[in-house]
Amino acid sequence: MKECLDLYRTFFLIGSITFGGGYAILPILIREIVEKRKWITEDAMLDYFAVSQCTPGIICVNISTFMGYRRKGFWGALSATLGVITPSMIIITVIAAVLTNFTDIIWVQHAFAGIRIAVSALIASTVWNLAAKNARTWLKAAIAVSAFVTVALLSISPIYVTIAFAVFGAFFFGRRRQAS
Amino acid sequence: MIYLQLAFEFFKAGLFAVGGGLATLPFLMQTSVAYPQWFSIDELMQMVAVSESTPGPIGINMASFVGFHVAGIPGAIVATLSLTLPAFVTILLVVNVLDRFKTNRLINGGLEALRPAVTGLIAAAGFVVLKSVLIAELDGVVTFQWLPFILFIALFGSLRIKQLSRLHPIVYIAIGAVLGIAFQL
Repeated sequence: MKECLDLYRTFFLIGSITFGGGYAILPILIREIVEKRKWITEDAMLDYFAVSQCTPGIICVNISTFMGYRRKGFWGALSATLGVITPSMIIITVIAAVLTNFTDIIWVQHAFAGIRIAVSALIASTVWNLAAKNARTWLKAAIAVSAFVTVALLSISPIYVTIAFAVFGAFFFGRRRQAS
Repeated sequence: MIYLQLAFEFFKAGLFAVGGGLATLPFLMQTSVAYPQWFSIDELMQMVAVSESTPGPIGINMASFVGFHVAGIPGAIVATLSLTLPAFVTILLVVNVLDRFKTNRLINGGLEALRPAVTGLIAAAGFVVLKSVLIAELDGVVTFQWLPFILFIALFGSLRIKQLSRLHPIVYIAIGAVLGIAFQL
């Protein structure tokens, strides 16, 4: 019960300071879950992201369910997931009810342009750290670069890229492991 | 029964939207066509703007917004929970399958290739955000925005300094907001 409350609180915090969608949550998750609370390793976090990328549903919900389940089974999953969606419901309901022209406010537009710069700097720095750990061989660096190019420049859906590299890895790394 | 309709529409979006960010948008556009009295495409775009500029994952914000718009606070709760449910159930199933095959060499090989691949995917997501900040298009003329670029380099540089990188990400987000207002970005 105490651990479930802790999960709810942690993911409530994460939900209320994430701006944007999908991967914007990653720098905050690494800080709160991996570094501060040490609930899982960074490797496990990347595995969850890979799975969340190609399973139905919104990434951040997938990730929260995943981590909650790892901590405390079904009830942990429920606590974490409800935690991450509660702030949205409260904030959006207040804004929708009170400020009907929220995005027309010029200050909000300026502030958000600045926030986008900060979010891209945070993501860039996270990528730097991850690449230093996960792209140390030429082959792995090539995997990272080609995943970037196919999604960012060729606009191919990340779902296909994830599935393609999962199959490649299963046969390439999986077989080599057996040989050694 | 408006709550059932909301629940069904958002369950569908949650089930078929794979990935993050605005993956739910195409489904909400279909909803707008199916239920024109709920919201127009223009209103939907307004909701996207609000969802992007408020805390919380975009998809969840969108569900709360649309639900509230259609049926008040109960609507917001129904829509958000319905959007969440498919992801929740799927992960509970996947987690058990993964545990059973934890020592399987094919699964481990797959994950070994996925870690660098996901790193590339995250870089791609960051690139899309950065592009929206650095490239401005006005009347068909594309210009590179130098000021945001310099601010990006400065923030990124400070994140690479060990002492400063220990600051919580929310500090950087707050600094970004202040810079945005100060420089009228």
